[in-house]
Amino acid sequence: MDLGTIIWNTIALFLTVCIFSFLYKDNPFYKFAEHLVVGVSAGYFAIILFYNGFVPKVWIPVTTRGEWWYLLPAILGVMTWTRFSKKWAWISRFSIAFYMGIAVGVALPLEMQQRVVKQLHATMLPVHFMDIQGFWNLLIILGVLCGLVYFFFSVEHKGAVGGAARLGIWILMIGFGAGFGLTVMGRISLLADRIQFMREWYLMVTQALWGA
Amino acid sequence: MDFYQRLMNLDRRWVYLVVGIAVIIPVLNPFRVPVYVTPEVEVIHDFVKNLKPGDILFLAIDYDPQAMAEVHPMAKAIMRQCFAKNVKLIISALSQNGPGMAEQLISEVAKEFNKKSGIDYCYLGYKPYPGIVILAMGQNFRIPFPTDYYGVPLDSLPMMRDVRNYDDVKAVIDISATNAADFWIINANGRYDVKLALGVTGVMTANYYPYLQSGQIFGLMGGLKGASEYEALSKQGDRAIKMMSIQTTAHIVIVLFIVAGNIGYFMSRKKKKQ
Repeated sequence: MDLGTIIWNTIALFLTVCIFSFLYKDNPFYKFAEHLVVGVSAGYFAIILFYNGFVPKVWIPVTTRGEWWYLLPAILGVMTWTRFSKKWAWISRFSIAFYMGIAVGVALPLEMQQRVVKQLHATMLPVHFMDIQGFWNLLIILGVLCGLVYFFFSVEHKGAVGGAARLGIWILMIGFGAGFGLTVMGRISLLADRIQFMREWYLMVTQALWGA
Repeated sequence: MDFYQRLMNLDRRWVYLVVGIAVIIPVLNPFRVPVYVTPEVEVIHDFVKNLKPGDILFLAIDYDPQAMAEVHPMAKAIMRQCFAKNVKLIISALSQNGPGMAEQLISEVAKEFNKKSGIDYCYLGYKPYPGIVILAMGQNFRIPFPTDYYGVPLDSLPMMRDVRNYDDVKAVIDISATNAADFWIINANGRYDVKLALGVTGVMTANYYPYLQSGQIFGLMGGLKGASEYEALSKQGDRAIKMMSIQTTAHIVIVLFIVAGNIGYFMSRKKKKQ
C-alpha cells in the first residue's frame, strides 16, 4: 500500500469523524467538514460544467469552426446573470422565458404520456377471483380510487365517500410507511459503509505499520 | 417523572449511540444473513445473463460519490457480469459529481477483465442537463457526445462504428440516485420505447414501483438490499451481501426503539387520562 493512499484515506477518516461529531452536538470540526464538502462539490461541478458544457458547445465551435451562432445561446445564458442587478434584472426574463418555452414544449407531451396516460392504463386491470392476481388487481383499483377520493374536496367526506376517503388515507399511510422503511434502510446503508470504511482503514494502517 | 415519560423524553444521542454500537458489532464480528431474491431484481439478472457475447448494453451511472454505499455495488456487479460474458458496454455518467468516480470504477473492473476502451466498452462521460442529453442520444450518441470521456471521436472507436442510438443497444440499465431516473423513464422509454431497468437508492425505491407495475421499466433494484440480491444472483462481488448483516442488526434496534417509543406514548397518554 503506497503512502499517498494511506494519507488520503486518513484524511477521509478524519472528515468522516468530523461529520459524525454533529451527532453529539454542533461544533467547529463539523462546520469545517460541512463547508469543505460544499466548496469541493461546487468547485468540481464548476470545472466539469466548464469543460463538458462551455468548451465543447461554445468555445470550440466558435473559435475552431467559425460557427458563430453558438454564441446566441451563450448570450442568453449570460443574460440570466443580470438578475444580480435590480436595474437590469428584467433582461434575464428573456432567457428564462426561452428556457421555459423549450422545457415545457419538450416535457409536457412526454410527461402526460408516461406519468398520466400509461399509469391510468396500468390501473385498468381485469378483476377476477380465479387466482391471486385477480385479487391484487382489485386491490390496485380500490387503492387508486380511494386515494383519489381522499383528495376530492368538493363533496363532504361523509357516508360512502367518507368511508372511501378513510380507506384512501390508510392506503396512503401504508405507502408512506414503505417509503419511510426504505429511507431508514438507505440511511443505515450510508452509516454501515462509513463504519466498514473505518475498519478497512484500520486494517490498512496496521498492515502498513506492522505488516499484520 | 415516571418511566414512560422518561422513555418519551429520551435524549436522541442515546439512540445514536445504541444504533452506532449495533452497527459496529457486526463489523467487528462479521456474519452472513440469507439474501432472498425478489422477482424485480431477478428479471434484470436474467436479462443480462441471456445476453450473447458481442451484444451491447447501455449502463447509466447517474449518482454522486455520496450514494456509493447503496448503488455502487449494483453498478460493479452488472459491469463485472457483462465483462465476464464479453457483453460490450456503453456507459454514461449524467450526475455532475459522478464522472470521475465512474471512471475509477470502469478502469478498475476493465483492468480486472483485461477489457479495452473503444473495443469492449465506451465511456461517454458527462454532459450537462440529463433530460436533453437522454433525448439527443435517442437520435445519435454523437450529438451530445462527439467524443468519449477521453476525447477520442466515437467514429474512431471500433465498437461504436455501427452504433448510432438506443436501437443498437439491448437495453438501458440506469443506476441512479438522482432524478435522472425520471428522465430515462420519460425521455428514453416514453419517446424511444427503450427497454429500461432501474437501480435506485432506498429512499427512491417506493416511487418507482408504479413504473414496474405498468411495465414502463422491466426491473427494479432498491438500495443495498437490491444490490445484495444482484450480487447473490450474479456471484460478482459480495460487498452489499456483507453489509446486509449490519443492516439487519441496525433494523432490529430501530424496530425495538419504535416499539419502545410507542409503548411510552400510549402508556403516558393512558396515565394522563386517568
